[in-house]
Amino acid sequence: MTQQPLQQTATTAQGLKSGSHLERVLAAGHFAVTGEIGPPKSHDANLILEKCALLKGYVDAANITDNQTGIVRMSSIATGILLSNAGLEPVIQMTCRDRNRLAMQSDILGAAAHGIRNVLCLSGDHQSFGNHPGAKNVHDLDSMQLIRMLQEMRDNNQFQCGEEIAGGGPPLFIGAAANPFAEPLELRPRRLKKKALAGADFVQTQMIFDVDRFREFMCRAVDLGVTESMSVLAGVGPLKSAGMARYMRDNVPGIAVPDQVIKRMEGAVQGIPSDDKKARMAAARAEGVRACIEQIDDIRQIEGVAGVHIMAIEWEAAIKPIVVGAGLYPRPGDTG
Amino acid sequence: MIVADQKPIEDIRQMLRGKRKVLAVGCGTCVAVCFAGGKREVGVLSSALRMATELAGEAREIDEAIVQRQCEKEFIEHLGEQLDGYDAILSLGCGVGVQSLADQFPGTRVLPGLNTKFMGGPEEQGVWVERCQGCGNCLLDYTGGICPISRCPKQLMNGPCGGTADGGRCEVDPEIPCAWYRIWERMDTLEIQQELMEIRPPKDWSSSRDGGMRRVVRKDLQKPDLDDGS
Amino acid sequence: MGYSVKTEPQVIAFCCMHCAYAAADLAGSSRFGYPANLKIVALPCTGRTDMGHILQSFEDGAAGVLVAGCLPGRCHYVSGNLYARQRVDYLTGLLEEIGLQGERVRMINISAGMGAKFAELANEFVETIRALGPTGLTRKPGSGDFQPIAEKSTGPSALTDNESVLPLADPKPIDPKPMDPKPIERGVT
Repeated sequence: MTQQPLQQTATTAQGLKSGSHLERVLAAGHFAVTGEIGPPKSHDANLILEKCALLKGYVDAANITDNQTGIVRMSSIATGILLSNAGLEPVIQMTCRDRNRLAMQSDILGAAAHGIRNVLCLSGDHQSFGNHPGAKNVHDLDSMQLIRMLQEMRDNNQFQCGEEIAGGGPPLFIGAAANPFAEPLELRPRRLKKKALAGADFVQTQMIFDVDRFREFMCRAVDLGVTESMSVLAGVGPLKSAGMARYMRDNVPGIAVPDQVIKRMEGAVQGIPSDDKKARMAAARAEGVRACIEQIDDIRQIEGVAGVHIMAIEWEAAIKPIVVGAGLYPRPGDTG
Repeated sequence: MIVADQKPIEDIRQMLRGKRKVLAVGCGTCVAVCFAGGKREVGVLSSALRMATELAGEAREIDEAIVQRQCEKEFIEHLGEQLDGYDAILSLGCGVGVQSLADQFPGTRVLPGLNTKFMGGPEEQGVWVERCQGCGNCLLDYTGGICPISRCPKQLMNGPCGGTADGGRCEVDPEIPCAWYRIWERMDTLEIQQELMEIRPPKDWSSSRDGGMRRVVRKDLQKPDLDDGS
Repeated sequence: MGYSVKTEPQVIAFCCMHCAYAAADLAGSSRFGYPANLKIVALPCTGRTDMGHILQSFEDGAAGVLVAGCLPGRCHYVSGNLYARQRVDYLTGLLEEIGLQGERVRMINISAGMGAKFAELANEFVETIRALGPTGLTRKPGSGDFQPIAEKSTGPSALTDNESVLPLADPKPIDPKPMDPKPIERGVT
């Protein structure tokens, strides 16, 4: 007869699935804030602790990317453990590109043993984008199947093969990614619904710059009942320059950047001499932060949005001014 | 059909180092139809190699032969009568043909002149595209006749991913249409798009290459045992 | 640069009957001279040219191969000359990979009335081949060492029975004895 671990019983009793801080913040009805950390291309733990210090207290949890863009970095789970120990709750990311179902389940058990609860399930960028384009990709499962597998591990105490997990399944808060503006557009809300059906508890979207279009998207998602079982966190990110805005618009699938956003970034450096790079950069970045704050303000008004996921790429220092500027500081404290 | 294309001349020359007399053998089936290893291609390649090796000061005799199908013993057996004196066979068949020749003539070095690419077909004149990976458990009934294993770089079963680029192109290669974009479109045309809202469970890959080298046995077609007197 | 009278380069010209061959004929009858070591092979269309024919020519001792077809858009068989162009482009690269110069193969496009032009381009091509020197490939015995013929080069008339000049306005179908290129299948079972 299987004994359910004590913590799990307590969690279930509160109607929580994992008891993670992020889950509790959302369950309590707060507007959640998550951030993102890119692990180093080395085994230097200090770099992580430096970034951690920039986010701690300003976000409820921080995502750690998993060999993003197919570039080898320290593993998401290992980084997550370091973050956990430093007092910042991690959201580990797991792609389908690098692991088969054995490795996935094994890694999840290991992560859970270290107290990690939040997992974001992703297909993963194709290895051809990264620094090891000749690698074999795995894709034993896709992200939908990974979500379902984790949900069954947690709720049915079983491995993917059907065998029982001794001592009960890992308490997980399962996340999915969504890209509302990638083609085919009309499908994306239905795809979000499918992720909810698969068992996702929360969703983080790709960066939103076109708030009006996102509003329409959320309208359809709410109609489909997506938000009844899933918390949607809208992705935002401060732009560093007009060049960055244009690059994202042209090169990253699903990122829609309205012309007025680009014009705004261009306007930020007007009047500053072109050789004064420092001043131009500072001005552009300041504008990027302001724009991000305004976007968060607008997005908060949209029905069904439960929080924001702030992606400050290689600019973790921007998190503090954005969170404070958007009136989202201080974060809810100890929730459990 | 199996689609292949020729290895670069330089690579073939490397393989032929030290071999004075070579028999180039083409195949009249798949590789002839994708113009990689048919009679004509054998002629062009052999001529090119003869000249290239002579100009490099290492002249080789390269003779030409063609068989209907390299993959079947009955079509290649006769080559055995003329293999005396040849240091190697340069096979312009697909990987199956190369191995078939090597198995048939274990005492002769058999070299691959082609890179076998995939199972596919011509999309337009001069362009062949991949269509099938031989996963061993066809799921084309679920996807409206478009295979996500061979046509999606991530082999998604519940696609598309978030990377579909403008115009329904795959983020990995703009020349490839996003397979899942096409699948949703096709299922819509067939008026069964709703079926795609079901979550396809993880695939059993043991029927694919992952399970090991595969065999198909048809007992009804095997040669009956004449000694089975009963 | 490696050539003497006895060893002038052999140049093969694959000419389509409808335009290039007719132009060569016109050049001859109009006394626009071009080198006698340019040997013409008549084809119904340059689209009939196989890459194997061209490579075989080099193997058999040719130092250059010219492919002469109709003007683009004017091919009697619609697109034969375009396919020939694609093949010549491919071979230009292949020759480089073999260790020969890509310029040894060339395609030209002319119409039946361009006798003077044919002679000009033929002269130019042979000059290019002379400058490139021998290929370095051993000529196969019997493949035809150059025999100097009468000093008046008179075009292709030496090679066919057909003496008539093609009328420009209304080309009659002509039927010269076909010059088969050497069979490609050497050593084929």
